[in-house]
Amino acid sequence: MNEIIEIPLETFHEEMLKLRYEKQMDYLVNLIGMDWGDRLGVIYQLESTVTGEQVVVKTATTDREIPELPSVSDLWKAANFKEREVYDFFGIRFINHPDMRRLYLRNDWVGYPLRKDDDPFDERNPLRMDNETTVDSTVELELNPDGTVSNKESFIFEDREYVVNIGPQHPATHGVLRFRVSLEGETIRKIDANCGYIHRGIEKMSESLTYPQILALTDRLDYLGAHQNRHALCMCIENALGVEVSERVQYIRTIMDELQRINSHLLFYSCLCMDLGALTAFFYGFRDREKIVDIFEETCGGRLIMNYNTIGGVQADVHPDFVRKVKEFIVHLRGIIHEYHNVFTGNIIATQRMKGVGVLTREDAISFGATGGTGRASGWPCDVRKRKPYAAYGHVNFKEIVYQEGDCFARYMVRMEEIMESMKIIEQLIDNIPEGNYQEKLKPVIRLPEGSYQASVEGSRGEFGIFIESRGDKSPYRLHLRSTGLPLVSLVETITCGAKIADLITIGGTLDYVVPDIDR
Amino acid sequence: MKKPTIKSIPYEEFTDNETLENMVRELNRNGAGVFVGTIDDIINWGRSNSFWPLTFATSCCGIEFMALGAARYDMARFGFEVARASPRQADIILVCGTITHKMAPVLKRLYDQMPDPKYVVAVGGCAVSGGPFKKSYHVVNGVDQFLSVDVYIPGCPPRPEAFYYGLMQLQRKVKAEKFFGGVNRKEDNV
Repeated sequence: MNEIIEIPLETFHEEMLKLRYEKQMDYLVNLIGMDWGDRLGVIYQLESTVTGEQVVVKTATTDREIPELPSVSDLWKAANFKEREVYDFFGIRFINHPDMRRLYLRNDWVGYPLRKDDDPFDERNPLRMDNETTVDSTVELELNPDGTVSNKESFIFEDREYVVNIGPQHPATHGVLRFRVSLEGETIRKIDANCGYIHRGIEKMSESLTYPQILALTDRLDYLGAHQNRHALCMCIENALGVEVSERVQYIRTIMDELQRINSHLLFYSCLCMDLGALTAFFYGFRDREKIVDIFEETCGGRLIMNYNTIGGVQADVHPDFVRKVKEFIVHLRGIIHEYHNVFTGNIIATQRMKGVGVLTREDAISFGATGGTGRASGWPCDVRKRKPYAAYGHVNFKEIVYQEGDCFARYMVRMEEIMESMKIIEQLIDNIPEGNYQEKLKPVIRLPEGSYQASVEGSRGEFGIFIESRGDKSPYRLHLRSTGLPLVSLVETITCGAKIADLITIGGTLDYVVPDIDR
Repeated sequence: MKKPTIKSIPYEEFTDNETLENMVRELNRNGAGVFVGTIDDIINWGRSNSFWPLTFATSCCGIEFMALGAARYDMARFGFEVARASPRQADIILVCGTITHKMAPVLKRLYDQMPDPKYVVAVGGCAVSGGPFKKSYHVVNGVDQFLSVDVYIPGCPPRPEAFYYGLMQLQRKVKAEKFFGGVNRKEDNV
């Protein structure tokens, strides 16, 4: 990982301004809240989409009672939700942030769970069975010219606004996500996304688990990218330990990642079509998805949660039938994918509901950090497989699908074409899996040397990143997961304002977020 | 390192349906009048073969629930295919996935909105006991802390076959109940 540059609090905002505009660091990869014991702070991972340069900076405050840091939400839109997350977990308040509310936990939650001096398991937070009251107002911290900070109350929804609640129990939100939508007739005026209904505190749990134990939790984050998530964590730990995995493992992992991507995109197709009322398409998608699931099951033992990658290899060697079945599957899918397009892509209702709806500009995509199919549909080539090739991606030849329109149809087409590219990748690898060990010999107890480590992979729906800060123990001091879905939810408001309420379903479907990955 | 041995559930228990069927028959016969007993049988036959589940899923198990609805596992064969998005029209709630502290009141509210008689199936390790997230500060360790659960389906996530086994157990449970009379009636869960 790049060296972390510390910027003192006094000059922090000017320095960030310089990084943003002079060095063109327009992509905020990650914003990580930290508790270093004596100080509370934030680590910012920045990247430039122009020069490709990467910078990691941090800042901290020694005030543990009322920790306050300057907000960067005016420079990167991605910081809006991420800073709310840091406030939720660490209690750090960001000055000039427009909306300082909790993001995941209940409004009446006491304490900040990820702080080292806070014990979230005590009796202050019992299971509350009363319904949570939703607040319509929020607090903004304003910096006065004389250096003091004052609270300013602002309203999310005015009294006379017509607010419709969607979720958390709604089939089209793809999980338990809650939107509050202010309407004028049918037109959306404002949206307030409410997360946290499946927040399981994985980051906090990891701090008391050993590294091999944490692996089990990554599969359950974005369950449609189980292999990729686990791949990222294994890669990060292997890099930290200096373990080199065999070529065979690299190939197997790459093939599995791509199968998982096809699996996820088929499910995306099924769900999107079902949300738009095309039920036949749902059956088509699941018919072929079951074939991938069968391949996974034979080798890994699981249908959805595979638990396959391990530190230094994979759980078991591939099944003797694996190569044959994968090849058969590719032939099958190539021969049948035209059905998908026949039944849905050219459909007049589908095209009218998707074309020109929910347009995301390239600038917004970068500013929000919306990677994956969403970013590529807006003309931002953000594929980690191309930017920083890992595993066997350096050896293969494939095209990065980029569309310029940025609307729902482009997002849909990117994913449909990525299925074809993934098949191309698998075809190049499947016959050449080299011989070798499937698991390297490691010490029974894994301790990471002191330091910060970072790794990222291209998940099914964007860049999935792992950040580990280790102090030489069996378990990490802090583990942060870069969610692929959180940027997607944060940009919903930007692209739906002015659209019709029915378009929210199309937009949500094509953004393709998975809620357990957002909430972690 | 010592490798643990995992004891499997005895397979005979899965294949032995006869004992369960006999038990249901005996329970139904006990003390029932010919007329009321027959009507009960007809009603229970109808009820147990047309469960309308609520489409409720919080995480991974929801995808397996979708697989159940697709062509390969096809839950229409058992009469579960009419998945309702509104709790007012649902008979059973399959709690698919982790229930967190923030979600618990919402789930309770959904359950309260369902009309009687209603049944709860806890699907997957998280809903049964908290599963892999048992030690988390924000996860409810099993939905039975605030709902009365009829059937538990373990697994992470359970295979579709396990779903079926669990739902068939629920069918038997419904068949053993009496719609009329005071004996062996479905109690209101309060």
